[in-house]
Amino acid sequence: MSNIIAQTQSPSPSPSPSPSPSQRLDQGPMIKLRDVSKWYGHFQVLHDVSLDVRKGERVVICGPSGSGKSTLIRCINRLEEHQKGEIIVNGIEMTDNVKNIEKIRRNIGMVFQSFNLFPHLNVLDNLTIGPMLVRHMKKKDAEELAMQFLEKVRIPEQAQKYPLQLSGGQQQRVAIARSLCMQPEIMLFDEPTSALDPEMIKEVLDTMIELADSGMTMICVTHEMGFARTVADNVILMADGKTVESGTPEEFFGNPKNPRTRLFLEQILKH
Amino acid sequence: MTTQSQHAPKMATPLEPVMQFDPNAKVPFAKWVQKHLFTSLWQSLMTLVVAALLLRFAWFVLKWGVIDAVFYTPDPDVCRAAAGACWAVIVEKHRPMLFGLYPYDEHWRLVIMMVVYLSTIVASLMPKLWNFKILIPLWILSVTSIGILMFGGVLGLVYVPTSEWGGLPLTMILFSGTVLIGMPVAVVLALGRRSPMPVARGVSVVFIEALRGVPLITILFVAVNVFPLFLPAGVEVNKLLRITVGIAIFFACYQAEVIRGGLQAIPTGQYEAAASLNMSYWQTTRKIILPQALRISLPAITNHIIAAMKNTSFVIIIGLFDILTATTAVMQDPLWRRYYIEAYLFVAAVYLFFGYALSLYARQVEKWINSGRI
Ligand SMILES: Nc1ncnc2c1ncn2[C@@H]1O[C@H](COP(=O)(O)OP(=O)(O)OP(=O)(O)O)[C@@H](O)[C@H]1O
Ligand SMILES: [Mg+2]
Repeated sequence: MSNIIAQTQSPSPSPSPSPSPSQRLDQGPMIKLRDVSKWYGHFQVLHDVSLDVRKGERVVICGPSGSGKSTLIRCINRLEEHQKGEIIVNGIEMTDNVKNIEKIRRNIGMVFQSFNLFPHLNVLDNLTIGPMLVRHMKKKDAEELAMQFLEKVRIPEQAQKYPLQLSGGQQQRVAIARSLCMQPEIMLFDEPTSALDPEMIKEVLDTMIELADSGMTMICVTHEMGFARTVADNVILMADGKTVESGTPEEFFGNPKNPRTRLFLEQILKH
Repeated sequence: MTTQSQHAPKMATPLEPVMQFDPNAKVPFAKWVQKHLFTSLWQSLMTLVVAALLLRFAWFVLKWGVIDAVFYTPDPDVCRAAAGACWAVIVEKHRPMLFGLYPYDEHWRLVIMMVVYLSTIVASLMPKLWNFKILIPLWILSVTSIGILMFGGVLGLVYVPTSEWGGLPLTMILFSGTVLIGMPVAVVLALGRRSPMPVARGVSVVFIEALRGVPLITILFVAVNVFPLFLPAGVEVNKLLRITVGIAIFFACYQAEVIRGGLQAIPTGQYEAAASLNMSYWQTTRKIILPQALRISLPAITNHIIAAMKNTSFVIIIGLFDILTATTAVMQDPLWRRYYIEAYLFVAAVYLFFGYALSLYARQVEKWINSGRI
């Protein structure tokens, strides 16, 4: 079984929009995946995937449908269980231990393709419910925090509305704000823009770019190659449950090593 | 003919197309009549025949129920002589029908009890008062006063054992007991059935399937006659309480399946979003899943609650008379037994009043939910 370990220690610091990666990414890996494998029944979705993500690093994962991108990032906060290999976040290994899962999840926010806002709660309550229940914040403090993040995603005026009364782009920005209210160190994005109409994609990407500029550690599954080019420190291509290519945007787009990457880029850039 | 919808649906998700059909759209009456009743010769003919029959029936009801009816007389012979309905039977017999075997001189206590009961229920149904600081004292106060009124034995009131309770107050007590005990049990059973823990799931499945599979009367027989055999000697649980719990558990098994339907309708994304916020199982269940599941299943829940109102008649098996069985008993009176139709129409009207009030309220709750008020 051949596996190509993602090389994330970008050795040649290349020009990048915000502070140079060597400055930003000086600590050791915050997320460490070692030979992670997962099966659905007899079907192996992930084949010995290894990946390091350092604090402040921005990783974009792309790849054809069904290649296991969602499964991979969902393993990182235990929405899926991996069967082999190690997942270590902030030095804590992901095991069956509920305490460990809680500790790891505390540091990870997640944004879904279908937003998954709570439809029976208004925007403000969607944002405050986590801080109040999980972090035991007082209602007033939680609301203040929520309003701060709603300002950040530029929809403070929608606080009293219900999710289904908002546009898709607004809903996704609420979802981002909801995750941020838990003040995580890591954000996972699973195709956050692919359920959106084209004119709404930009507003969500802008929010994500701002988040990246603020130094958030991010792993984004997305097919927005423009976003990958400007924001990513590391772009990864997955195919058939393996990471087949990994490198800086320059390497990834300019000089892909694997023919599958070329094929994928040709297909996706045609559109 | 196109009709413009008056309230455009406010909520359209990107996934659902906007609904064009609006059941509340207004159509001019004349046009409606023409379109639905007189499009073809055959249809016009049918319309006329049906209209004639309806008019005939309406005339019969008017003649029997009003024109030829006797509204008041203490003398059954007057009714006998009349061609129409004998509403006098209700005037004559309303007290045993409404209050059953409860001592005649103490009926005033039941009147106060019903006022207290209904005001408490009405108050509890208003979203404005949904606040534990108001509801808990209110319920403590009214349950205590209802207890005092029904049992007596204090404050100079004559003691009335549960074996003498009856009529509408008994129906009310049984009905609220059924719902208040049954709903929480139903929620627990529904959650248990979908629990990740095999033991909880197994127990719930067996419980629900076993009890749904037998007739209510069997469960009540067990509650009344078999259950006491398992109690240590000297311990006795009130018969009325036992039967209330029996009815409530039967109700809960059906309601649990309804709630399970609602739980199944919640997309997994909701669980995942809650998990990614690090919410625990119970936090997720209480704050995210149940509120949505109960909203989804509200129409079916209401349906079972209304049905439960009529199951109270089963208390007859412990010799208690709710409003329906009390009426049956009263109608044994040879002087008045001919007029059982009038008496049952009266009972039907009482059931209809409460049943319709419940369904109106449920409809209002759905409106509140849709407009985001609750
Ligand atoms: N719950 C499941 N049970 C069985 N197979 C599953 C399950 N979830 C995903 N799979 C399979 O695992 C594979 C990887 O799925 P995954 O959702 O991770 O792909 P993806 O790369 O995110 O694809 P997409 O771009 O379409 O979102 C697919 O072949 C899918 O059919
Ligand atoms: Mg996916």
